[in-house]
Amino acid sequence: MSEIEFLNWVRGPAFEIATVIFIAGVIIRILEIFLLGRKTNLAKPKGSEMSGGLHTIASRSLPDKYSLKRSSFKIISGYIFHLGLLVTIFFFAPHILLFKEIFGFGWPSLPTPIVDAFAVVTIITLIAVLIHRLRDSVLKFLSSAEDYLIWFLTILPIITGYMAFHRIGMTAPALLAIHILSVELLLIVFPFTKLMHAFTLIIARWYNGAISGYRGVQS
Amino acid sequence: MSASLEKGINALKKEVDSTVGAFFSSCVNCGMCADACLFYTESPSPSRTPINKTEPLRRIWNQEYTLTGRIGKMLGLAKPVDHEFLEKWETLVYDSCSLCGRCSMVCPVGIDIALMIRKTREGMAAAGHAPEGLIGAVTRSVTIGSPMGVKLPALMAQISHVEKDTGLKIPMDKEGAEYMLLLSSMEIMNFPEFIEAIAKIFDKVGVSWTISSEAYEATNSGIQIGVADIAAELVQRIVDAAEKLKVKTVISPECGHAYMAIRWDGPNLVGKAFSFEVKHILEILDEFRKDGRLKISGKETQKLTYHDPCQISRRGGVIDQPRNLINLFTENFVEMPEAGKMNWCCGAGGGVSSNERADELRLKVFQRKKDQLDEIHPDGIISACSNCRIHLEDGLEEYNMDIPLLSLTETLAEHLED
Repeated sequence: MSEIEFLNWVRGPAFEIATVIFIAGVIIRILEIFLLGRKTNLAKPKGSEMSGGLHTIASRSLPDKYSLKRSSFKIISGYIFHLGLLVTIFFFAPHILLFKEIFGFGWPSLPTPIVDAFAVVTIITLIAVLIHRLRDSVLKFLSSAEDYLIWFLTILPIITGYMAFHRIGMTAPALLAIHILSVELLLIVFPFTKLMHAFTLIIARWYNGAISGYRGVQS
Repeated sequence: MSASLEKGINALKKEVDSTVGAFFSSCVNCGMCADACLFYTESPSPSRTPINKTEPLRRIWNQEYTLTGRIGKMLGLAKPVDHEFLEKWETLVYDSCSLCGRCSMVCPVGIDIALMIRKTREGMAAAGHAPEGLIGAVTRSVTIGSPMGVKLPALMAQISHVEKDTGLKIPMDKEGAEYMLLLSSMEIMNFPEFIEAIAKIFDKVGVSWTISSEAYEATNSGIQIGVADIAAELVQRIVDAAEKLKVKTVISPECGHAYMAIRWDGPNLVGKAFSFEVKHILEILDEFRKDGRLKISGKETQKLTYHDPCQISRRGGVIDQPRNLINLFTENFVEMPEAGKMNWCCGAGGGVSSNERADELRLKVFQRKKDQLDEIHPDGIISACSNCRIHLEDGLEEYNMDIPLLSLTETLAEHLED
């Protein structure tokens, strides 16, 4: 298979397979949660589940000042690499073209040098996050192979993307193929690992806030 | 309580619902809950990280209720849930957690970790891995009616003292009373002044109230140990008494987990909405205040602070009421840093104080409270939970701090206008 043929396969059938697994997997995992069901609360409510739930979905994106002090590295590094992922995935012009092709609509992109800077910062932050995970006694204790796997699968597309953009080491079609392949790997693994938190945290935060809201506590 | 591994696993399965699914699916092992837990910050061992305490429940959820977990189990990759494993977790689940729920407030993905530890206890107890001290408290609650073994004659003796001291009648088993007061054994034995305070306040306000001789115990060790059947039986006793006496409102006393047990868990345990209301004593007193029925005279001039009992404030939603009341009789009220819904636990809730094995640890983690108090150097600490109060006194003594503990209700009663 030539480089071009390989690229075409990666872009075509492989991408379709990965996307189907990703979408089906996410649906299965979310159904898996809701099908467990939840008993109706028989205690007389003192507040609203809905307003507590919605409030917590938003409020948990911001730490309180004491937590920020106590968990400063985790919170700051978390903000940086999540923001970096958001910018590099969704605001890089070629990516937006792809989304436009799939969804039929696009959105304004950020200037390439800015996205490039975000990519570098994200890579550095993710490396720092890994070092922190290996050195912090709690994180080292909690971490399983899965945590390291998803770290690797998350950083890989950014590194391969950076290399593809700057044409480092290989021909352009080979670099692009590797980049797309790394994204496909991420898509396939996503639903079956903790990466699912990107979706389920909304449900989790809603439940947490709803439980509090019902009792009249704002969480 | 005949325990077996099978019962433990079944109990854990029964606890799995969509909240558990959403919570475990979302955990990214960030470890922030460790920084929010006094059992970790004051005695740092990575295994005390709150989310790790839920591991028995997580394994069951993963192996039985997720696609990947089930495939893993078929391939023989599942981590075992056996006696050896559960035994290792016993001290984490019971000794190193007061169910204070501070972890649940900081988790960035929104996991209610304390709820999951509470659920984990159901499996631990059913499998026979609960601490002796708590098993004793539960047995006494079921057979005698009180975790501390307080029998009716003991209560009646305290009541007759109170009646003599106040000249007021304590109405026992009065049908049709508006309020039915519950008490914790701790109050009956150590703080009968609480009963005295209630008698004085309710007399001044002019409401009808009663204590049932059949159900006066407010605490629920069934909840602390995690045995839903027993917890339900204890709640049912209160329901039966309240229905028999046709009271409008049952009052949960100055006790944290009793409020959680009867107000929030109670109807769900017995499987039926209550025909009466349940309110914490602070809610009742604040209603009196709002209606202008509390006539207070004189103000405390010393610097006072309020220790939020976790189950009343953070988990129960009664946060403003104590402050409204305290403002009536203090002129120098100071909040501790992180007071209110983020307050630090005293370290003895959630059954920790009934578990002698945890005594050393609970005094060690009191350092957290000490640090909080050292920020403001109060002359006195007001609280609304006799368990917090006893442990705070213990802790202050251990750390050579001389700060008196005050009950909110009792202090309020002292300031009633004559």
